[in-house]
Amino acid sequence: MLKQKNNMFDPLFRWTTLGGSLVVLVLVAGILLTLINGALPSLEKFGVGFLFSQEWNPAINEYGALSSVYGTLVSTLIAMLIAVPLSLVIALFLVELAPPGISRVVGGAIELLAAIPSIIYGMWGLFVFAPFLADHVQPKLAAIAPGLPFFTGPPMGIGMLSAGIILALMILPFITSVTRDVFQMVPSVVKESAYGMGSTTWEVTRKVTVPYGIQGVVGACFLGLGRAIGETMAVTFVIGNSHEISASLFSAANSIASTLANEFTEAADDVYLAALIELGLVLFGVTLVLQIIARWWLRRTAKKMGAVR
Amino acid sequence: MKPRNPQNRKLVDLSIRLLSGAAALFGIAMLTWILGTVILKGAGSINWEFFTELPAPPGLPGGGLANAILGTLYITFLAVLIGVPIGLAAGIWLAEFGKDSKLAEAVRFGSNLLMGTPSIIIGVFVFVILVATTGHFSGVAGAIALAIIMLPVVARTAEDMLVLVPSALREAALALGVPRWKATLGVVFCAAKTGLLTGTLLAIARVSGETAPLLFTALNSPYWPSTVNEPTANLTVTIYNYAMSPYDDWQALAWGASLLIAVSVLGTTVLTRTILWYRSR
Repeated sequence: MLKQKNNMFDPLFRWTTLGGSLVVLVLVAGILLTLINGALPSLEKFGVGFLFSQEWNPAINEYGALSSVYGTLVSTLIAMLIAVPLSLVIALFLVELAPPGISRVVGGAIELLAAIPSIIYGMWGLFVFAPFLADHVQPKLAAIAPGLPFFTGPPMGIGMLSAGIILALMILPFITSVTRDVFQMVPSVVKESAYGMGSTTWEVTRKVTVPYGIQGVVGACFLGLGRAIGETMAVTFVIGNSHEISASLFSAANSIASTLANEFTEAADDVYLAALIELGLVLFGVTLVLQIIARWWLRRTAKKMGAVR
Repeated sequence: MKPRNPQNRKLVDLSIRLLSGAAALFGIAMLTWILGTVILKGAGSINWEFFTELPAPPGLPGGGLANAILGTLYITFLAVLIGVPIGLAAGIWLAEFGKDSKLAEAVRFGSNLLMGTPSIIIGVFVFVILVATTGHFSGVAGAIALAIIMLPVVARTAEDMLVLVPSALREAALALGVPRWKATLGVVFCAAKTGLLTGTLLAIARVSGETAPLLFTALNSPYWPSTVNEPTANLTVTIYNYAMSPYDDWQALAWGASLLIAVSVLGTTVLTRTILWYRSR
């Protein structure tokens, strides 16, 4: 009698836990379908032209994603240009140069950068870093390269450049920690044989460690890219929120995420709301594709290197 | 191949070593700069009123963020209540039943996708399904948005922790005639409890600093949180609103709130990392 009662619970347990797992899949599909459905009025009105129009005018109900997409791409590009080389040398320091104790402390500190909430980066960026940039960095950049269109205009601090630099700080820990893991996967026998031939640390890194781990490093960059593209609050604080496209990195711009954060609660009109949701759909689509590529790539690498991941 | 000047090689090597050391120092310097700023600017606003009073209109002295502190606790608590059981269930299924099946792979892939989804997209999703349909912003919508962000994190850490439990323990329990559910919840869970707890704490730390998913779900409010069906005050959206305001005393409160958020999020993260690190040794 008792036994039968117990047996009844087992299938129930199994199905309940399965239900929890299915929630994950339902959510992913639900987000995609909800965004597509919510964007319909805008999809119907603007079609593919939405992606290529620079117009963003709630007064006449005309919307285009170009300035937001441009801002997202450029700020992410600046972030990657700064974060990738920096992460590589920091990972090199952690794996090859620092003694284990120091490596652990420094590595922990770098990882702590990832734990700082985005809004704290925003506060620091708006009140401390942007004024610093305007007073000390931007005038120098303008003086060093007077002819370049990137460094023209008044040094306001707030704008594309500060957004890119803060994004770089935010993705640095992600790229560093994956790169560090990849570097550690390189068998020490391979490295030691290079050292045995008389190579210097840099030569071992450039000719053995990096080529061995290059795929993992690329995967790490994809992960960082995915983070940077969807980052919201820090960017919203410092990017300046302007729908104008400007070649100068000093001027205010916007990104998909910052436009959503700024304008979503203000969107009273259906088409306005749909256009914002379509922006969200574009962002979701891009991060989905990046995630899929990154995971596929990292898994392929892990398999190739015979590691369990 | 032409032999190269060893002096040059050593020089290049030395400069790269210095560069990488400098880069590591730069990372630490930025961390110190950010945290130092938050502590210096925030500490002045932390006082008794900060924790006990409602916000005052700009210009008037006093006032605190007690409603936002309470609201954040309340939204986070609701999010844990929703997100953790579902996440644990998913983790159990992945570790105990799904294993290497096609469906389990799909669920793992799905939770990776969900983890990589920008939190603002989760906010938009919850807005469309809960706020637009009911016609009002609400604390419960904010909690659900946070729960969606926690779910994949809890599920994957739970799976990792449960897989670490030796099968001999499961088999021993089953051999005694214990049903599967009791073996999992009573024996396997018990063996993995520290790991499960720290994983959950990490997920809580992660969501309690989130702003973007609350912007258009919980919104914000200058009043005490009362029911789950109305806009609810919370610390992160308050930081955003106050920082963007032109009033000095509001901005000072925003710094105080930033310090509180930073201390609780980083404190939890460091604590759980330390526990995990000691356990792994």
